[in-house]
Amino acid sequence: MNVRGMWAIYCFEMSRTKRTITQSIVSPVLSTVLYFVVFGGAIGSRIESVDGISYGAFIVPGLIMLSIMTQSLSNASFGIYFPRFSGTIYEVLSAPMSFWEATAGYVGAAATKALLIGLITLATAGLFVPIEIAHPFWMLAFLILTTITFSLFGFLIGIWADGFEKLQLIPLLVVTPMVFLGGAFYSIDMLPSAWQTVTMFNPVVYLISGFRWSFYEISDVSVGVSLMMVTLFMGICLALIGWIFKTGYRLKQ
Amino acid sequence: MIEVKNLGKQYTNGFVALDNINLSVKKGEILALLGPNGAGKTTLISTICGIVNPTSGSVTVGGFDIIKDYRKTRSLIGLVPQELTTDAFETPWNNLRLSRGLFGLPKNPQMVEKILKDLSLWDKKDDRIMTLSGGMKRRLLIAKALVHEPQVLFLDEPTAGVDVALRQDMWRMVDDLRKQGVTIILTTHYIEEAEAIADRIGVISGGKLLLVEDKQLLMSRMGQKQLKVELMESLDALPTVLAEQGFVLAEDSLSIVYHYGKDAPEVDIAGLLQSVASAGLGVKDIHTQKSSLEEIFVDLVERAA
Repeated sequence: MNVRGMWAIYCFEMSRTKRTITQSIVSPVLSTVLYFVVFGGAIGSRIESVDGISYGAFIVPGLIMLSIMTQSLSNASFGIYFPRFSGTIYEVLSAPMSFWEATAGYVGAAATKALLIGLITLATAGLFVPIEIAHPFWMLAFLILTTITFSLFGFLIGIWADGFEKLQLIPLLVVTPMVFLGGAFYSIDMLPSAWQTVTMFNPVVYLISGFRWSFYEISDVSVGVSLMMVTLFMGICLALIGWIFKTGYRLKQ
Repeated sequence: MIEVKNLGKQYTNGFVALDNINLSVKKGEILALLGPNGAGKTTLISTICGIVNPTSGSVTVGGFDIIKDYRKTRSLIGLVPQELTTDAFETPWNNLRLSRGLFGLPKNPQMVEKILKDLSLWDKKDDRIMTLSGGMKRRLLIAKALVHEPQVLFLDEPTAGVDVALRQDMWRMVDDLRKQGVTIILTTHYIEEAEAIADRIGVISGGKLLLVEDKQLLMSRMGQKQLKVELMESLDALPTVLAEQGFVLAEDSLSIVYHYGKDAPEVDIAGLLQSVASAGLGVKDIHTQKSSLEEIFVDLVERAA
């Protein structure tokens, strides 16, 4: 195994984060604070508590999920798309490393960055509302699993995209609505029952529900199901990457 | 060092970039690949390096299969691509560290320093790559290929858009590498360079390897010499004496030409000239010339097309 190669890609990607610190870390934190002020402060003060949790505190896990999902996607998709676009990918393809190792380097860096942003968001939210975390281990586990899964997903988008527009297409048209409708800002049982059934087909519901459970021990679906769904989604992404590795799709023609 | 057997590549749109290529490159030699644009030179190199998947055939480098033992073959190879593809926002120093890392080698600041100095990039090591000139970027790509100590070096049109002084530096470097036993495969559009530096020459056109031959052999086999006698006055018909000796009248009827092979038995030039004089023709100028690699190349490619 070419551990040095993986580490080289990881460090190279992380140095990109350092170079673009403002857009990488500061702006997602700022937008989360804005969400918090609007939904948690202004609107939230008129909403009664949800399942015994104040609305401001209720939306914290959803907000963190929203930011780590979008960040994982955009970091990972840009991370692999840019070298494809500029042509520097030739060096990775001709290096003595397997495609899995290269993937680990890129996805690891994207997930690390998203995880950092998630933790910073959590700390920022802590300034607005008191936050208690019932299961810190599971909180971290959900955080890490989600960043890795969505980074894998973003990596796939970055390989599939053949233009900068496509890079934005899936995150904007599919993922953002899924996250918003996945219960980031409400509890599923606040919906009419017909919509509750529809919502169950949204994979993000399971992630947010599981993550919120690790904070407040309240959830829309059981934690086991949540974990299963994350694992399933990750499995699908890994299978697709395996297929790309085998066929050379979009990378080796 | 490199064995290419029945290698074929057809792109998904049906375009055949490589058509049954067979090629064997010995350790420590310099092979120049010549061919018009789109002939398949870059595809051939990319396939050997693992950037393009072949559709048929096999390649071994240093005795290892490029698919089964890709880690072994790729760590032997350094590639300098044709396009100036660089990480615009990075510095040369970080970029070379990445290159070493990708090839699984430990950090070696002394070596990176030496390579940057050899290629006169040392004072630019902490500048953003986008601020470098085209020639510097080209040298950086070479540095990236050399920094992981390859046994085989692919140079894909390394001198395209490079000024004369730098080009000469580059060929000196290639010569040094050859002395260290590095096998070098290069593509170039400058045929006189292939003529000057290569041990063997391969000609690719339309995805086919038309020939691979020792440079000297190729030039003597394909090369021809001609003796051209320019006349004072135009000639309506060639005197029979001269026609019998093998002279032909040039199209402009102002000169007569005698062709002979480069390695043909001794040609009696004095005798030929004497015949010209005794035929009563006024001679303005005479010169001999041998066909260059360029003419051989154009001839080959045109014949294949």
